[in-house]
Parts: sequence; C-alpha cells; structure tokens
Amino acid sequence: MEAVVAFFSPIYILMLAGLLGYEIISRVPVILHTPLMSGTNFVHGIVLVGAMVALGQAVTPLEQAIGFLGVLLGAGNAVGGYFVTERMLEMFKSSKGQEK
Amino acid sequence: MGYLIETVYFVTAALFIIGLKRMSHPTTARSGIIWAGYGMVLATLVSFAHPQITAHVSVTNYVLMLVAIAIGGVIAWAGAKRVPMTAMPQMIAIYNGMGGGAAAAIAAVELLKDHGDHLPSNTILLMAVAGALIGAVAFSGSVVAFGKLQELQFFKNDAKFRFTGQQKVNAAIFAGAVVLGLIIALGHVFGGPLITLFFLLALAFGALMALPIGGADMPVVISLFNAFTGLAVALEGFVLGNSAMIIAGIIVGSSGTLLTLMMAKAMNRSVSNVLFSNWAALGSGEAQAVTGSLKPMEPPDAAIQMAYAAKVIIVPGYGMAVAQAQHKIWEMCKLLIERGATVKFAIHPVAGRMPGHMNVLLAEAGVPYDLIFDMEEINEEFPTADVALVIGANDVVNPAARNDKSSPIYGMPILNVDHAKNVQVIKRGKGVGFAGIENALFFADNTRMVYGDAQKVAAALIQGIKDLG
Repeated sequence: MEAVVAFFSPIYILMLAGLLGYEIISRVPVILHTPLMSGTNFVHGIVLVGAMVALGQAVTPLEQAIGFLGVLLGAGNAVGGYFVTERMLEMFKSSKGQEK
Repeated sequence: MGYLIETVYFVTAALFIIGLKRMSHPTTARSGIIWAGYGMVLATLVSFAHPQITAHVSVTNYVLMLVAIAIGGVIAWAGAKRVPMTAMPQMIAIYNGMGGGAAAAIAAVELLKDHGDHLPSNTILLMAVAGALIGAVAFSGSVVAFGKLQELQFFKNDAKFRFTGQQKVNAAIFAGAVVLGLIIALGHVFGGPLITLFFLLALAFGALMALPIGGADMPVVISLFNAFTGLAVALEGFVLGNSAMIIAGIIVGSSGTLLTLMMAKAMNRSVSNVLFSNWAALGSGEAQAVTGSLKPMEPPDAAIQMAYAAKVIIVPGYGMAVAQAQHKIWEMCKLLIERGATVKFAIHPVAGRMPGHMNVLLAEAGVPYDLIFDMEEINEEFPTADVALVIGANDVVNPAARNDKSSPIYGMPILNVDHAKNVQVIKRGKGVGFAGIENALFFADNTRMVYGDAQKVAAALIQGIKDLG
C-alpha cells in the first residue's frame, strides 16, 4: 500500500499544482500580464536550490564546474527575476489616492 | 534537519502561491512579489544545510556555491536595476534562459556523478534527461530571443537564418537529441562524448527554433520558453526529490502555457503557426489596394482639435515607447483633463512587445491604471470619442483585419479607432508596420497624419494647447 501512495502522491501534486497555476493566471487582468510573466519567471528561480544541492554533491572538477555554472545561472534567474518584477509593480498606482 | 528543510520548502511553496495570487491585482501586486521574495530567501538559506550536501561536506563546494551566488546575483541585480522599461521583455528572456540553463546543469551533474550501487530508477533518469533537454532548449532559445529583441548586430537580418528545409533540419536535430537522451537514460551511458553531444544538440535546437522568428512574435516565444523552464525545473525537482522545485516548476509550467496560448490568441495565431512559419510566408500577398490619400496635419492644428474635444482616447503602440514619449503624452493628457475633457487610454492585447507591456510603460509615466482600458472594455466607446490619438501603433488599428480576407492580419481583433469622429496618427514616416502591410485607417477621410518624432510632436501639442489658454 505504501508503495502505491508513494507512486501516486507526485501525480496528485502534478495535477493540483498544474490546476493552481492555471487558476492563478486566468483571473489576472491583461494589464498585469507582463509583470506576472516576470513573476512566474522569478518563481522558477527556485532552481537555485536544486543547483546548490547538485554542486554540494559534486566530486570531480567537471561536476564542480557544471554545478558552479548551475548555481551562477540559478542565482541570476532568482535575483534578476525579483528586481525586474518589483521595479515593474512598483509603478502601478491608482488615481484615487496613493495607497501603498 | 530534514524535517526543518521540508517545512521551510513547504512554507516557500505557500509563499510563492500567495505571492502570485496577490500579483493578480494591481493594488496588492507589489506586496505579492515581496512575499514570494521572502520565500526564495528562506529556501536558499536552509538549502546550505541540505542533507544531500551535508552527507559529504566539501569546503571547496561551499566556497564555490557562495562565489557563484555572489557573481550571478550581483550581475543580475545590476542588470535588473539599470534596464530601461522598454527593454523589459528581453531582460525577462535572459533571466528565464538562466533558469533553464541551471536546470540543465542540475541534470548534467546528476547524470555524470558516480551513482555507486544506488542507480536511480529509469523513471528518474528519463525525467533528468527530459528536464535537461527542455532546460537547454529554453536556455539557448532565450539567449537568441534576448539577442533579437536587443537588436544585436548579429541577429539583425532575420532572412539569413531562414533556409529551405529548415524545419526538417530542426526536426532531425530534435529527434537526434531525443534518441541520445533515451540511450543515456535507458542504456545507463553516463559520461563521455554521448552526453556532450546530447547537450550540444539540445542547445542547437533551442537556438534554431528561435532564430527565424520575427521580433513581433517574440513575446509568445519568450512566454513559451518561460513555461519550458518551469517544466524543466519541476522535472529536476522530481530527480532531486525537492518538493519546492516540483510545485513551483509545475505552477510556472501551467500558468506559462496558458499565458502563451492567451498571447497567441490575441494575435489571432496558433502557437505552432508562430513557431513554424513567418509573416513573409503568410497571406496571398495580394492585399486589397488602399484608396485615398494621406492627409497631413501640423501639430498646432492638431492641438486645437484636441483642446476642444470633450472625449479623447489615446491608442499607444510600441512606437511611443521607442520614442520615450509616454511622459509627454501624459503631460498633455493632464492639460486636457484640466480643460474638462475625458481622457482614456486604449490598450490592444499585443500593443508593445508583450501583453501588458504598454501598461507598464504608461504606469512608469505616472498614468493611473484606472484610466487604462482593455480592447473589449473600450471598443464600443470609439464612436463617442471626438479625437482618437494613435501614437506609434499600426497593425493593431488596421481595419483590414476586419474586412480584407487576403490580409495576413485578417481576423485579428483590432481597436475600432476608425469609428471615432476624428483620428490623429502620430507617425515617424510613411512606412508600414511589423506585418509589412498598408493601413487603410491612415487613408480614411476622418484621419489626419501628424508626422514626426512622437516625443517632439507631443511637446508641440502641449505647447499648442497651452497657447490656447
């Protein structure tokens, strides 16, 4: 039984997370499409964590070099994605007062 | 330690979801990215103590990790802070490409490393190879997209990247990469020239896929690569057993796919049509002849017409962004609002280089978002507008999309600018748009052409309106 649960739980995650992504973006007004695309771009910057694990396990110089590159690219994705998105969203203001 | 890390990953996934949810409304959007940012910082910090790393601690690897994060982070931070808003799409492309590259790198390390007696299952190996393929394609494709949108010299001439039988060559390269991937995953061939060749083919396919695509279609492609990277991250998440990567990757994969479809639909094209053809090959080329003449108007006269209008609708296009005219245009609008006019902005879904790109540029100039309307919201209002001002937009206001079946843009939803009482078009010269077709709107009886640089024309309009007192 446990093996069955172990087999199916990733499939459930796949289904639910997929549906969630679909739902989140289908309710977004067109004006936020570019920032949101940038925001999702930031979210997959989580690849940095995986790259860190990969580099942490690296043994040979080749593995270390590839791992290093992976962490560098992952950090670029996360940091760049964040600041680009934040800069864009910072600019959206309503004409009715300056609420934060 | 394992429990702590899994808990933090769970919290991170929740923060990403809440963050994206908050990003879906303009008033909470800013806080959304900050929530997601906290999640990322937390996940990164605890990952230094990840059991898979601490199992065999290597000081060298930790040093390499810190140096890589510092270099990648600082370069990306500096780039993101400096880039002008008009160049946003290519910045998103390049950061997205980095994520794809990172996913491919994870796969490479996983495949190359000495597995000892613990050889991963074939399912895991297939996922690693699939993630590597998708990630590498997203990487090289995004780099090409960046180069094209940045208008680097090398990518200037689209035509030189088009040759007969190109699709067959691409298909052959893709098939080669898939076959090699299967051999690696199922034949357990790790290391050696086979893996190198596999990655080279995957990278080549990504670049070849993006190279022949024209600038106007690039947003769709960038969005597609964004979804690809999400998928690659999720696949590598399964390989590493990393729940944060799995959830974040799948959410990006599905939302990115939907966004890609929405963008393509707004352009009245299917995604495969964008990927596997180009404008030049579309349409019969026998577009209906446009009759009438272009009627120029001097800025002072345009200013008078504008100043006495009760309702003005502004239709900005990428030309406005290139000329950096959005600040002047908004200044002019404020004058008109002071005079008692109603001013609205009408945004076509594909105005600019991405859906919503124009909104970002207008927001940058200080235009409140409640004056900005989508095509569906405002299209019925054009007949009541005294003046519709078109700035640097062309194909999205071309009536040929409604009535000329031979036009390559036939069927694309357009802004009904031609229904306004008067139309003013600010345009650099007499050239045609991205699609390379004449625009009947410019020849219509109620249309006047105001030639010149958008920023200078806007300044002249402001002066003209002020002169009226």
